[in-house]
Amino acid sequence: MSDPTNKTFGRSWISPWRLARCGVLGMNRRNIAYIARYNPRDRYPLVDDKLRTKLVAQKARLNVPKLLHVVRTQHEIEVIERDVANLDEFVIKPAQGSGGKGILVIVGRDGDDFVKSSGARISLNDVKRHVTNILSGLHSLGGKQDVAIIETLVKVAPLFARYSHEGVPDIRIIVFRGYPVMGMLRLATHASDGKANLHQGAVGVGLDIGTGRAVAAVQNNRLIHLHPDTGADLHEIEVPNWRQILLLAARCYEVTGLGYMGCDMVIDETQGPLLLEMNARPGLAIQIANNAGLVPRLRHIEQLEDYYVTVEDRVDYSMATFRHFPAARQAELEFVEDGAAAPRT
Amino acid sequence: MSRRGPFLFFVVLLFLLGIGTAYYRHESYYIPFLPGAQQTVWQVEARVEYVADGGPTQVFLTLPPEQSGFRLIGESSASSGFGFEITADSHQRRAHWTRRSAVGQQVLFYQLDFVQDPTHEVEPAAAGEPETQTWDEPYQTAAYQLLQSVLPISADAESLAQQLAFEMSRRGANQNLSLLLDRYRPPVLMASLLNAAGVPARTVQVLELQDGRRRQDLRELVQVWDEHSWRLFDPLRGQVDDENLLLWQTASPAVLEVLGGSRSRVTFSMISQTRPASTLIDQNQPGFALSLYSLPVAEQGMFKMIMLLPVGALVVVVMRILVGLKTSGTFMPVLIALAFLQTELVPGVVSFLIVVAIGLMIRSYLSSLNLLLVARIATLVVVVIGIITVFSVLSYQAGLMEGLTITFFPMIILAWTIERMSITWEEQGPREVLVAGGGSLLVAVLAFLVMDQTVTRHLAFNFPELNLCVLAVILLLGRYTGYRLLELHRFAVFAR
Repeated sequence: MSDPTNKTFGRSWISPWRLARCGVLGMNRRNIAYIARYNPRDRYPLVDDKLRTKLVAQKARLNVPKLLHVVRTQHEIEVIERDVANLDEFVIKPAQGSGGKGILVIVGRDGDDFVKSSGARISLNDVKRHVTNILSGLHSLGGKQDVAIIETLVKVAPLFARYSHEGVPDIRIIVFRGYPVMGMLRLATHASDGKANLHQGAVGVGLDIGTGRAVAAVQNNRLIHLHPDTGADLHEIEVPNWRQILLLAARCYEVTGLGYMGCDMVIDETQGPLLLEMNARPGLAIQIANNAGLVPRLRHIEQLEDYYVTVEDRVDYSMATFRHFPAARQAELEFVEDGAAAPRT
Repeated sequence: MSRRGPFLFFVVLLFLLGIGTAYYRHESYYIPFLPGAQQTVWQVEARVEYVADGGPTQVFLTLPPEQSGFRLIGESSASSGFGFEITADSHQRRAHWTRRSAVGQQVLFYQLDFVQDPTHEVEPAAAGEPETQTWDEPYQTAAYQLLQSVLPISADAESLAQQLAFEMSRRGANQNLSLLLDRYRPPVLMASLLNAAGVPARTVQVLELQDGRRRQDLRELVQVWDEHSWRLFDPLRGQVDDENLLLWQTASPAVLEVLGGSRSRVTFSMISQTRPASTLIDQNQPGFALSLYSLPVAEQGMFKMIMLLPVGALVVVVMRILVGLKTSGTFMPVLIALAFLQTELVPGVVSFLIVVAIGLMIRSYLSSLNLLLVARIATLVVVVIGIITVFSVLSYQAGLMEGLTITFFPMIILAWTIERMSITWEEQGPREVLVAGGGSLLVAVLAFLVMDQTVTRHLAFNFPELNLCVLAVILLLGRYTGYRLLELHRFAVFAR
């Protein structure tokens, strides 16, 4: 940037050596050195199928949005019809949908009609047709026959409401060999059409693993300070229940056996952190949101001599090791360091 | 990365195997590495004329031996009524014509085609000990004195021959030489003198190659052994350049022998042609049957396409792993590029865009019908065929023959491409469709440009083993863990 002739080039391109010095993980390296090496192939169906994920998670007592019904065949729609008619709010999603496709969110009732999150009203027959479409594979990858999941609606914690234009803000934690290594809060924007997908224009807020406070925020690969729709200062964000969130994410390692994965969570107003889904091929944009590369952290975990410690120990170790901001309370910091040191002796 | 050593070894092995096989086949079958390579082919015709006595008749014509610089690619004989065969003993090949009875003027033809190929090497047969020469007096004395005057001013076989030729070229200056030349022909004299001095030498018959010459005779020259090879000398001019001299006969007996006839004569005519080297591939070598040339022509045409696929796949691998371009459907671009090979680039791109655009419009209607995937794709296949049919008929009516080549597009692939782009459109918006579609088209055009090179086509078909090298590179790229080019842009924010 100091070289004026190189200004525009310097902004839109970076040299590979400089990128390597920043420790940024590239797609090829992610695929070969982490996904292929640490994720056993036979574990993929577990995370690619949201129903299996949910069942496994429930069995392991991980907090998930409560599963109300599973519709596997056409005639089951009639069976659950009466139950659904009595529900005020729920979410219907395909077990194998991708990119948020086919998710129907009902936030209230208007007599016999259902009210969608957008405010539109639909009839019970519309809901049934949506389920039929899910079963026929309309929303699943490759058009495979699918299963419809009906679960409770997550209510956005009011703290986050002013940060998200529409949709539920979710938290993505990269968990490597059971250690949380990087986190990000994804906020839907008007540009992203309510979806929390970074490459569709959602805002990504990097979160400090040590404290849950915002480190940096990006939209469309550009650093930003304010939410483009609500104008809220993104750098003021501090995720509550942070340690609880990390614990939930770290537990997913034992549940799935995936060494390198992304855990997507939401914070419910009443239930606290809930696990939404897991991803065996988490994206790389989280590095931009954190303005930090993954490689040094992954390396650090790879070089640990003993990683066979409890979930609590792993989380505390990560919080101490990958801390960006000084911890808020000195007492907690000391506890963290004790926790990290204990298993090594 | 722990198995890096064996992996690299395997890759290098594959690479060397490919290069080695290609080089071996180039060397033994003379398959040219470059498509435009030209080689000079000489057609030499020996015309034997004689008058037959009426009884059984036989004609022997000495044929040129295998020699460096010239590679025989074909020989034939035209001589009606004669039996013909080629006989060979340890040092000479001969054409042999036979007939039970013949009367009057007879004309026999023998034609041979050979390539002037400086890389063609034949190990020369080493000369034996020079024969001891016996001379009548006074020639014995003259020869002895002549050698006494020349030997001190020469160093080896070559310089001795050079000195002798120099002396012979001014024949009047030396009385001994004048005497000998009255008795012996210069080549015979020179060979004898060299033999007498202990240097192996022999007289040979050579044909001077000059394009378009007719009714040429052979020239008699002297070959001198210089420990490693035979050197040609003209007894009156010294050492000669043998580039355009075809060695016809190296040993006795005479070039032409006729039994049952008289007034025999052999003359030579020749022309040179420049032919593409690819037409001169030696198909008679053992093992050649294993190549693609042994297939029927229709299948050869197909393999010309198939053998280009690995190169196209390599382009896709490079563009995705090294550059990071997104394509819709991993290897769809290669198949589109193959279609471009048939349609040519611009008509291909235009018709591809038209088919995909119309297909996307119809697909957007289909998505409101909520069809199952298989039915949706099947519908698209029918739709694509419909578009292609209408497009062909319309463009033909409009006089655009280019429109007809649209049928070369793989229709199932097009249907899938439309389906995938449509899903991308619905899930991620039109911008992603442009990115993935543009990426696919860019990769397809690049793959086309690489595959369309005459060098690529030539190497792919003539040296299919080079695909092992392509495979080695692909394997190597499969382990590339560095950044993709576009990631340097994506992560540019780290430059701050």
